Amino acid sequence: MSAQEIVREVDHSHMHVSDKMAIEIRDMNKWFGQFHVLRDINLTVYEGERIVICGPSGSGKSTLIRCINRLEEHQAGSIVVDGTELSSDLKNVDKVRSEVGMVFQHFNLFPHLSVLDNLTLAPIWVRKTPRKEAEEVAMQYLEKVKIPEQALKFPGQLSGGQQQRVAIARSLCMKPKIMLFDEPTSALDPEMIKEVLDTMIELAEEGMTMLVVTHEMGFAEKVANRVIFMDAGQIVEQNEPTEFFNNPKSDRTKLFLSQIL
Amino acid sequence: MPQTSYVRTEMVPERAPPPSTAGVIGWMRTNLFDGWMNSILTVISLAFVVWVLLSAVPWLISPTWNATSLQECWALIEAAGKPEGACWGVINERWPQMLYGFYPEELRIRPTLAFFLLFVALIPVLFNMISRRMNWLLLVLVLFGATFFAAASVLMVAVQVVLGAALAWLAYTVVTTKAGDRAEAIAAGASRLPNPLIFSALYVFLMPWLLWGGPIWSPIGAAMGFVLGWAAYRMLAAVIGNLGAIIAAFLVPVVWWLFLIGYFVSALSSVLPIGLEPVDSRLFGGLLLSVTIGVTAIAISLPLGIVLALGRQSDLMIVKSLSVMFIEFIRGVPLITLLFVASVLLNIFMPPGTNFDIILRVIIMATLFASAYMAEVIRGGLAALPRGQYEAADALGLDYWKAQRLIIMPQALKISIPGIVSTFIGLFKDTTLVSIIGLLDPLGIGNAIRSNAAWTGIVWELYGFIAFLFFVFTFSMSRYSMYLERRLRTDHG
Repeated sequence: MSAQEIVREVDHSHMHVSDKMAIEIRDMNKWFGQFHVLRDINLTVYEGERIVICGPSGSGKSTLIRCINRLEEHQAGSIVVDGTELSSDLKNVDKVRSEVGMVFQHFNLFPHLSVLDNLTLAPIWVRKTPRKEAEEVAMQYLEKVKIPEQALKFPGQLSGGQQQRVAIARSLCMKPKIMLFDEPTSALDPEMIKEVLDTMIELAEEGMTMLVVTHEMGFAEKVANRVIFMDAGQIVEQNEPTEFFNNPKSDRTKLFLSQIL
Repeated sequence: MPQTSYVRTEMVPERAPPPSTAGVIGWMRTNLFDGWMNSILTVISLAFVVWVLLSAVPWLISPTWNATSLQECWALIEAAGKPEGACWGVINERWPQMLYGFYPEELRIRPTLAFFLLFVALIPVLFNMISRRMNWLLLVLVLFGATFFAAASVLMVAVQVVLGAALAWLAYTVVTTKAGDRAEAIAAGASRLPNPLIFSALYVFLMPWLLWGGPIWSPIGAAMGFVLGWAAYRMLAAVIGNLGAIIAAFLVPVVWWLFLIGYFVSALSSVLPIGLEPVDSRLFGGLLLSVTIGVTAIAISLPLGIVLALGRQSDLMIVKSLSVMFIEFIRGVPLITLLFVASVLLNIFMPPGTNFDIILRVIIMATLFASAYMAEVIRGGLAALPRGQYEAADALGLDYWKAQRLIIMPQALKISIPGIVSTFIGLFKDTTLVSIIGLLDPLGIGNAIRSNAAWTGIVWELYGFIAFLFFVFTFSMSRYSMYLERRLRTDHG
């Protein structure tokens, strides 16, 4: 199955990039001990953008998106998410986290809670939504990711693809303005990648602002409006997908593309 | 030439496994006679079990139940023409002492009631399948039964009538519920009847009152400490902020319990002298003492252990070092040392004339000791959780305490169940160490009995019975933990 085959046709009619900034990263730097993982990152994301971040492993792409909801702390520069600057002020951090959804490579569902409880936990405890209402919303999103019949099962009873779709639905239940995807299909068997990508495409078609770290280049070509290539902790090249894939400028990008395509 | 091409034309239908691998025969083959080595071991083990039973059972069955001394036992065994036998007279004569120690005989209904109420209070905590109505039914049943042991009076008859009516009504609603409607009826009953956990919370104050007696204002005053703390938090949170309110919520009850509760109790007692006859701690003994110390220490050491485990993992330097120091110090010291500190040294540090109850001191030491171990067991559970669980909780915007309460602790505690229950069982058995500081736990009572001229020289029957008493408790705990592990399994079926 080639990359192009797993990605279905995409309806672009509702994808609008507005001129309102969703995320603004200025001169951001991060170190792990002595190791300089992110160097002088400057990135502005506008509402409605679908950005795919790619690059060799260890290039800092996961760390970058994890800085956006402060799962990792940056040491220099600034990150402003939807008008809130991320700092050591925990109130700001909590505010950003409740507006930014995140999907992980290994799903990170809560195994001791049923699928429905996984979905309603944050709305009930963070947003203070009444349980009944939270459950209704959760069922809507489970229908959206096409597994409403699994609501009362536990995550351990679902397949990897179903678990990842539950994880996406869990993030959506918080009604986020921005969605971050950290290699959402890397831990999945090939036949399950498609169902997760379909869900992500559907989300993009509705106009969600998305930052996706992935190796699915078919997804990048058809869905993204911008592809960012990172290497050695830096943004090396970014462009709109057709240009990026057909006409890469830097040698590092050319080398990377030649290795994965 | 190997044949490389093959196409199946027909799919194979499902078939039953061969009979020799299924059913009783299959089970015996895989578990008892799996190969000649296993078969030999099975036969040897069976022979051993039979030999043990053949030697033990005739000894156990012995007509000595009514003997009043060891010599009488021997005479009875000889008269029955048996070479040897157990001397059960000692158990018959002394079992109330092994259960209650020197607790006044006419008041023993109180610890008995406390013991049964303990189960009523524990059921809604331990099991989630019993309905509210069944739990209240159980409570009324125990109270109703207890009234028949109390001194007869007009008031008691009135109480009996009320409880009897409540019992009849509850039993009637249970009986008239059709089996098919049970789930619905339970749900409906759940909304009508108050949560039985209310009684569990009340029991915390009820138990010491039943055991030690005294004016009813003491448990009420103790409970009021919590109410005052909560009130202080609610009133001050808006004025001086969250942290200040939390500190006040700790300080107010402590000041209340240490300095003011005495005035409260004596003032109200002089107006309304309602209470139970007080019983001195020195009279506590036997299983009553073990259960009192064990249950209290178990109930407190778990939350304390959780706090210590979290403290040890904290990013806050001082909290972390204090937790580590506490845990390492307590784990580095034998429990007996702590008990000696409790019984001897602690009094030196107290202002002269303070009467700090010996059982309370022992409970504090046993609790601290168990909580240090508990903290390490729970830390093991925390360490076993994947980092992704913390990250997912963070990413959803849950703050530290919510993440701990809803995501981290339920999983960490589940992983730690075997270790936690081992610590509980160890703690319960360690309560026998109090005999060293002169408290009469079952072993201390046993020694007292053995020093009586009539029973000098008796060993197996006495210690066997004590071992049996402990085994009932520890084995129940072990089975409960297995039930809990099964109930909390979510990875399949």
